[in-house]
Amino acid sequence: MFGYYLDLALRSLRRNKMLTALMVLAIALGIGASMTTLTVLHVLSGDPLPGTSTTLFYPQVDPRDMDGYEEGKRPPEQVSWPDGQNLLQAKRADRQALMTGGSVAVQPAQANIDPFFSDARYTTSDFFPMFKVPFLYGRPWSAQEDEAKARVVVITRTLNEKLFAGKNSVGQTLRIKDAALQVIGVLDDWRPTPRFYDLNTGSNYGTTEDVFVPLSTSRDAHFAHDGSTDCWGSGGGDDEHAETAPCVWLQYWVQLDSPAKVAAYREYLVHYSQEQKALGRFQRPPNVDLPNLMEWMDINKVVPGDVRLQTWLALGFLLVCLVNTVGLMLAKFLRRAGELGVRRALGASKREVFMQLLVESGVIGLAGGSFGLLLAFVGLWLVRKQPSSYAALAHMSVGMLMFTFLLAVGTTLLAGLLPAWRACQITPALQLKSQ
Amino acid sequence: MQIKPILSALRRHKAGTFLIAMQIALTLAIVCNALFIIHQRIAHLSEPTGIDEPNIFVIKSEWVGHPDSARVDAMIREDLQVLRQVAGVQNVTPSNSYPLRGSGWDDSVKLKPDQLQDSSGATIYFADQNFIDTLGLKLIAGRNFRADEIGHMDMRYRLAPPVVIVTKALVQKLFPGEDAVGKTIYLIGGPGTIVGVVDLLQAQSVERWASDFAYRSVIIPERLNISLGSFYIVRAQPGQLDSAMHAAVKALFAQNPRRVINDDDGVLSFSDVRSRAYESDRGMAILMGVISVVLLAVTAAGIVGLTSFWVGQRRKQIGVRRALGATRRDILRYFMTENLLISSGGALFGVLLAIAMNLWMVTRFEMHRLSLTYLVIGAVMLLLLGQGAVLAPALRASRVPPVEATRSV
Repeated sequence: MFGYYLDLALRSLRRNKMLTALMVLAIALGIGASMTTLTVLHVLSGDPLPGTSTTLFYPQVDPRDMDGYEEGKRPPEQVSWPDGQNLLQAKRADRQALMTGGSVAVQPAQANIDPFFSDARYTTSDFFPMFKVPFLYGRPWSAQEDEAKARVVVITRTLNEKLFAGKNSVGQTLRIKDAALQVIGVLDDWRPTPRFYDLNTGSNYGTTEDVFVPLSTSRDAHFAHDGSTDCWGSGGGDDEHAETAPCVWLQYWVQLDSPAKVAAYREYLVHYSQEQKALGRFQRPPNVDLPNLMEWMDINKVVPGDVRLQTWLALGFLLVCLVNTVGLMLAKFLRRAGELGVRRALGASKREVFMQLLVESGVIGLAGGSFGLLLAFVGLWLVRKQPSSYAALAHMSVGMLMFTFLLAVGTTLLAGLLPAWRACQITPALQLKSQ
Repeated sequence: MQIKPILSALRRHKAGTFLIAMQIALTLAIVCNALFIIHQRIAHLSEPTGIDEPNIFVIKSEWVGHPDSARVDAMIREDLQVLRQVAGVQNVTPSNSYPLRGSGWDDSVKLKPDQLQDSSGATIYFADQNFIDTLGLKLIAGRNFRADEIGHMDMRYRLAPPVVIVTKALVQKLFPGEDAVGKTIYLIGGPGTIVGVVDLLQAQSVERWASDFAYRSVIIPERLNISLGSFYIVRAQPGQLDSAMHAAVKALFAQNPRRVINDDDGVLSFSDVRSRAYESDRGMAILMGVISVVLLAVTAAGIVGLTSFWVGQRRKQIGVRRALGATRRDILRYFMTENLLISSGGALFGVLLAIAMNLWMVTRFEMHRLSLTYLVIGAVMLLLLGQGAVLAPALRASRVPPVEATRSV
């Protein structure tokens, strides 16, 4: 029976080509625009570390003075050196890492490559196991190496290709700012999206830094810190004295494997703040927070407002296109009252007529969806042409592809419901009489 | 023209009427808000920087190695000397930043040293005595820095210059209606006396977080020496921008090759700076424009389609009316009026929807309130669109001959 309905649908659609084209085009435009923006939104609001992110937390304490104090305001977005070190040394979490960003001049051994600046991350040993960073060659550094300010470096695959032609470079020496660092590890491809661990770099969807150096080593070798530095009181953002300055400039992450540990850690942060206040370092009443990774992304509104706005706009657009299609289908189905009346009189039940009309709207949906998918690919291609840091990420996944078809056919079937229902309410006798 | 028969006819097409009205309402709501967003973005990206944009370019030179502060200062002064001699260069100044750069040094300004709340936020520009002339700023009160007032500092020192030049916008915030020259403001490190006021100088960021202090800038008479590198703002002789840009980079490398000037953003003309700063705003405005046009087209096509059906359905009735003496004009006017009724209903609902949508966006996207003008423009636009769209089917209806009344379908 389905084959017959399909045949009827195609005949009917062919009868009025302009109108069919209009309906298909409207659906396609709506679907294309929605899918483009939804794909971008989906990519940007994704979980950077699926499976791990729920156990990662971003502890915050408030070491500022009473200047500009307002109750209920969030603690600073980063931690100061003393707090970072205290929390790190206390080892109250399952894993913990303190980090900050920087920029270093890499001096390649090869004469044919000019010195160049590279973004760097200065961090502590737990960074790699905590964030499940994959290694291509070698290993991360150890806590002992952190302590010893070891001259070691981990580089990304990209930098390894550039400097060592992709060969296993473990044991090689990398000269950074006149310091000789031994390569102990090369990362495999790793691009957490968004780049959650430091939201102060201005490109939350960029690639990771190319150079990873122990935090202690970076301080010892005077590597330049780069990123946001927020100071209060008489603080100044000077790199050399950053350890003692009243400034926050480091990010601190912990891994807490159970809800009980999370609660305990929150307690600990409050106790820590009270203790620091008793010591005279903190002045404000304890103001702590412990958001998990995805909460931290929300708090910082990582997904650009424009992207969300575009998505809503596209969905509104799709809605108008659907209303348009419903109206056209309604007119079309009702116009065929005579034909439907004959079918009913010849024995087709209401249900069968209804099915026939739904098949017709399904065909429109399928055609609109396919065409819309093409438009979505064009749309994503256009997005990738944009200079934003997330441009390269705008690719459609298999899941989104399936979703597109479901959305297209689903919405058109939904749009076909009302017209089909109205059309099968026709009293056959009346239609036959008026013929 | 009687409206009653139209209404009773529409009552027989409730669903179709409702759908067209809905479509018009939704289109109106979206287009109104889209136009408003376009207007906001365009207004935002046409804000003036206050500088002589056509003739300015910026060089970002990063030092290789780890020179100390004194060495950096010496190198900067050598570079300035070299740049000044490049053909086509009118003036040059070192700075830590420039308008529309996106990031830099923002700080708080206070009027008393022991004040708890800041009086204002401000963008901090480090400069020498050539800053005002290089950027083409207009000094409206007081004087420029003297050469002997220019110091140099690195990040270690506190920001407490003896003298500063500020913008008019900052004066209006701090000392409304007063003469600011000679007054003292407190920066993070200590007090500074205002010696001059410039008319207009935009902040380095045009993002929303910086909108509170968009034109409140403080110019500091210091060269900021960071081992990482610094910016040279260069004003070229009119018409010699391109050649000066090339020559300047060449001259800098000839002077001192131990530096990195990035290929893609090491040297930027100010028009590049501007288009980079407003990339997303321009993109958004274009996108909104395209969506609006397509949306209007879809709605117009929908109206044409649906009305055509109605005309086809009513051929017999039209024939009867014609046979009973109605003129072509009457038929035409019938369909036009019918559409006007539907569109008006839709537009009325659309205006409410647009307001609701805008209020929702105000809470979610830091938008401003929609002004009445947009609602009026939007409503008129859709009514005209409806009338335009219905014209073709209505004309076809008016050509239905009276003899149609006697034919069976």
